[in-house]
This record gives sequence, structure tokens and C-alpha cells, in this order.
Amino acid sequence: MSQQPVLEVRHVTGGYHTPSLFGRGKNNYHEVLHDVDFTVYHGEILGLVGESGTGKSTLARMILGLVKPEQGEIIHHTPRPQIIFQDPYSALNPAYTVEWSLEEPLRIYGKYDAAERKRRVRDMLERVELPEECLKAKPDELSGGQRQRVSIAAALIRRPRFLIADEPVSALDVTIQAQILRLMRNLRQELDLSYLFISHDLNVVYQLCDRVLVMKAGRIVEQGTIDQVFNHPQEEYTKKLLAAAE
Amino acid sequence: MKKKTINGYLLVGLIITGVLLLTALVGTFYTPFDPNAMNAAEKFQAPTLTHIFGTDNFGRDIFSRVIKGSGTTMAIALATVAIGAVLGTLIGAVTGYFGGVVDEALMRLNDALTAFPSILLALLVISIVGPGNKYNVVLALGIVFIPSFARVTRTAFAGLRDVNYITSARLMGAKNGRIMLLHMLPNTARVLLPAITIGFNNAVLAEASMSFLGIGVTPPDASLGYLLSEAQDKLSRAPWYALCTGGVIALLVFGAGLIGEGLQKMDREVA
Repeated sequence: MSQQPVLEVRHVTGGYHTPSLFGRGKNNYHEVLHDVDFTVYHGEILGLVGESGTGKSTLARMILGLVKPEQGEIIHHTPRPQIIFQDPYSALNPAYTVEWSLEEPLRIYGKYDAAERKRRVRDMLERVELPEECLKAKPDELSGGQRQRVSIAAALIRRPRFLIADEPVSALDVTIQAQILRLMRNLRQELDLSYLFISHDLNVVYQLCDRVLVMKAGRIVEQGTIDQVFNHPQEEYTKKLLAAAE
Repeated sequence: MKKKTINGYLLVGLIITGVLLLTALVGTFYTPFDPNAMNAAEKFQAPTLTHIFGTDNFGRDIFSRVIKGSGTTMAIALATVAIGAVLGTLIGAVTGYFGGVVDEALMRLNDALTAFPSILLALLVISIVGPGNKYNVVLALGIVFIPSFARVTRTAFAGLRDVNYITSARLMGAKNGRIMLLHMLPNTARVLLPAITIGFNNAVLAEASMSFLGIGVTPPDASLGYLLSEAQDKLSRAPWYALCTGGVIALLVFGAGLIGEGLQKMDREVA
């Protein structure tokens, strides 16, 4: 892990505007994040923990540019980050085969010919440890774990350097969880990735992450290395979360 | 692994509709008798082996007339559904996908249009473009059918807007047009296809009512609705005329209805 940042989130405050027929009044604004400030460094897996509804996913959407911050700044030091979602059922288009879904980001990119696209798809399929038969399958013919592997492959096919994983293993059973976590760790090495790993499961974060952010009601209340936060928590809220995860 | 299987509804519906469609197609260049040839010697004949639907007051073969008429009716219904489905899907897709004020405004207009009985709306369009021409009937009904398709598509597209795989496509830099056409449209087929079969039925019935009322197809074109209006005042002398014509309309609607039902059942089985 180096001290070179891949993402800087600087004093970000923001939330959602609910559109209505008559203007975007102040009443329709719901603030979710308050003065969120942190950095993701090159090569690290940064955990983001907190109870549901504290704004973890909103933060992810903001980093991806799907929601604009009201105040503050998000500075990317890598091209387009990608995301892996919690629900592997809705992450893949049910109308198309795995091959189509993996090739589509490359088609959109438009710089490779068909042969090169096929080569990259096969290469990525191998990296996520799926057999070639999967290419011709539709998502509803795959298991949850297989589907999550395909989602990871689709997110990585354009070789991003920074990946957001929003509860990527929460919908999977424990043995599959371990496999996916191992895969993510391997891929970090092979493809030189950095992750923001969002989870409410502290055990998973303890296994996988290097550093961790603790979020409560839209604020980062504590951050540090896994050892600092898990073994010497400073905040009451962190202690409560840890106690609940025992 | 779940496999889509063709169910009984779909099968029977496809057979009925297929046979009717094929008969109408053949009827465009061959009918047992000239549908307009009069024969004073054979008027008001009840169904026989030669004239299986009987003859009318001019001795014309009703079977041949019904075949020709069903061709006209189906062509009008298909063209109507095509206009309604293409334009309605386009409007619904755009409003559902982008949402916002335009969506709100268009959908309220849509509500207002659906509040009118469709036949009244078609009458309004006919009174603007002029009656008595099958193209005007298609135009009128096509416009009338846009709102229902727009509504169905809008709901489907709005529901897909924030689904993860659409978000992913957007993050990959896919253009809006590509997302709507390639990523969303195939996933709306399960609501669009039944809507099309229902639309076809409504179009058959709407055309029949319009022609029956005399604001639809007029001679020399003959549609099932027009034939029914012809049959009306001969009901006591030649009841088979109205019965056979009405029967074919019913069969047409029944067949398409079964297809729609079958498609919905198939979708439920897979889901």
C-alpha cells in the first residue's frame, strides 16, 4: 500500500432532491451526508461500515457521479470507477447472455475489434474462475455466487483501477462469501486495484480490509487501520457496533 | 434451469389466429366465388356445401365476402396496433426513462385522453380527417391507441430506470438511446407483447363498431364491421349472414385474447 491517493472525498455534504411538478423547493431536499472527508490510497481495501440507512450507498452513488454533492469536492485520480452491487440478481441484464453482458462495456468503449473483445471477455472469465460454458448462459441459469463473479468480471472488463463494492457478499451464504472475498483479494494483486468496500458485516470487513471508516447518520465518526478501530475503538458508536458483531 | 414452455392457451390462440390470418392472406388473391358477383338465382340461400356461409340478398357468396372482409379488418387492426405501439412505446419510453416535469405533464394529458371512450375519440379524429377511407380509419384508431401503449411502456421503463444493471450500463458510458433500446426494451417485452394482443383485439372491435356505425370502411372495401351493418336489416331473411360475420369477429378476438393470456401465463411460470 502506498500513500498515493486514488480518490479524495473532501468535506462532502449532500443528499437527494425529490422532483416535483412545481419546482425544486427546499422542502424536497433530504440531506444524507454531512461533511464527509476521507482518502482512498492506492492498493488498499478501505472498509466503510455503519448501520443501514446511514448513507453508505448514497456516498457510493456520489463517488460514481450519480448524485451531485451540495458542498465539497470529490477528486478522482483514476479513470471511471466501477461498482459491484449487493444483489447479484439485479446486477445483470436478464435479457442477455453472460457473454453479451461482459462484452457490452467494451462495445460501448468502442476501441477494440470483435476478436480483441472476445479475447478480453475470455481472459476476464478465467480471472473470476468461471468455466467457459457460462458465456452462453442467461443470468437466471446461474447460481448467486456465479452471478456475483460475472458482475465482478463485468465491472473489471474495462480495467478500472478503483472499484466500489456495495455489500458484495451480503446476499450470499457463508462458504460462497469466503470464495468471493478471496477472489477480490487476488484480483487486487493481479489487476492492481483499490477498493472501497461497503458492508454492515464487521466480520467480513475485519477479514478483508486494510483500513476502515465508521459512519453514523451521514458522518464519519471514526477512521483508522483495522487494528486501531477493531481493537482500540475510541467512539461509543464503534464499540456498540463491535459488541453487536461479536 | 427454467425453460419456457408453450402452454395450451398460447398454442390454441396461435392456431386460431394463424388459420384466420392464412385464410385472409389466401383470400387476397383467391376466394371460392367473386365476393361481389351477384346471382339473382341464388339469393338468400341458407348455408349449403357450395355456399358454406350462405348467400345474401344479391346472391353473393357470404363466405367469400367474409374472407375478404376479415382481411381488411385484420390489416386495419394490425396497422392500428403498429402505429399505436410504435408511437406509444416511443413516448412511454422517453417519459418513463427521463421522468421529471415532461413526464408528469404528458401522463396527465394521457389520463385525460384515456378518460374519453375510445370510439368517441376516434369519431373526433374522423371528423377532422374525413370519413369513408380505410387509411383515415387506421389513422384515427392509431392515434386513439397511442395512450394505452404509452402508459404500459412508461411504467415498465420507469421501473427499470434505477435497476442495478441499468446503473452499470450508465457508468460504462452507454448513451441514453442505447440504454433504452438495447438494455431496457427487451426487458419490457413481457408487458408489451400482451399489450399488443389486447390492442389488436380492441382495434378489431373498434373497427367493427366504426364500420357498423357507418364512419369506418365504406364500399368498395368491405370489412367485417361493414358486413355486419349490411347483415343487420336482413336479419330475419338471412340470419346466417350476421351469425357467420359475427362469429368470425368473435373468433378473431378469442384467438388474439388467448395469445395474450398465454403470454402472461408463460411469463408468470418463468418468473
